Amino acid sequence: MRHVFQVRIGPVGFRIGSDWRAPIAQLEALYAAYPKPVDGVPDFTVRLFAARSWRRVVRPAVMIGGDYVLPEAAPLPLAQGLLAAEMGMNLQMALGQRHFLLLHAAVVERDGQALILTGVSGAGKSTLAALLSLRGWRLMGDEFALLDPATGLLHAFPRLVSLKNASVATVAAEVPVDRLGPVLEGTPKGTIRHLVPDAAALAGMDVPARPALILFPSFGYESATRDVAQSEVFVRLTQASTNYVAMGERGFDALTGLVQGVPARAIDYPDTDGAIALVEAAWAAR
Amino acid sequence: MDDSRGDIVYRMARPETLKITHLDSFTAVFHRASGITHLVTSPVPEILAALGEAGMRRVDLMARLSVDYLLGDADEAALDARLDELVAAGLVAVA
Repeated sequence: MRHVFQVRIGPVGFRIGSDWRAPIAQLEALYAAYPKPVDGVPDFTVRLFAARSWRRVVRPAVMIGGDYVLPEAAPLPLAQGLLAAEMGMNLQMALGQRHFLLLHAAVVERDGQALILTGVSGAGKSTLAALLSLRGWRLMGDEFALLDPATGLLHAFPRLVSLKNASVATVAAEVPVDRLGPVLEGTPKGTIRHLVPDAAALAGMDVPARPALILFPSFGYESATRDVAQSEVFVRLTQASTNYVAMGERGFDALTGLVQGVPARAIDYPDTDGAIALVEAAWAAR
Repeated sequence: MDDSRGDIVYRMARPETLKITHLDSFTAVFHRASGITHLVTSPVPEILAALGEAGMRRVDLMARLSVDYLLGDADEAALDARLDELVAAGLVAVA
């Protein structure tokens, strides 16, 4: 690889190699305040390479490679190289992570206790996590909750927050522009813009937290809250986990422990202000 | 009821092969050999508990369940079907 970038996000070190300079330069700028992998040894490697060698010049198309790959993945245009790098990093975690039980969820922390926000894509996890981080919560991550089976603690994975479509403007209105990446139009998920986590998220990157509440947010409904039974939480979290099966009995123990020890509620919200109010109310009542 | 199965003794899979956790209305059963998690509901936990390690014939199992629980719709064919499923899943063994 011509161009290489290394970064540590919480307990996980990455090495990203690229045929092009541009995505590496964007990663260097956005991850400028992040540490490097421990002892310089990454856990996962991502490669961004040209679909055909001559396409590097003629019509650049970025293929995502690495320790783990999706064989059917379509290449992305070079303008979305940053997204390709992020997708590659997520893919390595989703398919390769074996130390932690991975839940597709956003996590924020306050007073040493963690709030897990999980749900289907589009439920508003990243948006809510970003907004809560602007209201006194520490962002632990917007994509993956890392549950340690040995301790029951959640470890932070505060990668760049991936804001999509309408949430780009919602969050951008509240943060300085130097915390925002380039606007990526026309991606497979629509318009994407990355948000650099704040100083508290980076300073606390290595501080785990005990899970205290699980919320299942749904956007686009009148405000409502309901308790979610343990069995439903268990099923939904197995579906939200990318490595539950691979983790075997450690995953079973970690997940049943989480489900039995932490209350869970579903919240429906019509807008972001409503969501923040519901989250705070559920947190107070946990 | 299939009489050819009358003498079969069913017993719960050896305890060390299973991990059973109760979650309100469901019970999560982790089957160590396959790595599969089974989410089961009544009457499966009751069947497993009644069979135990000693095991019993299906007619005795039905009698036991009838004593322990109010079986308003006791159905031997349904019990056979559940036992077959549990054997296939490795949660119940036949002697």
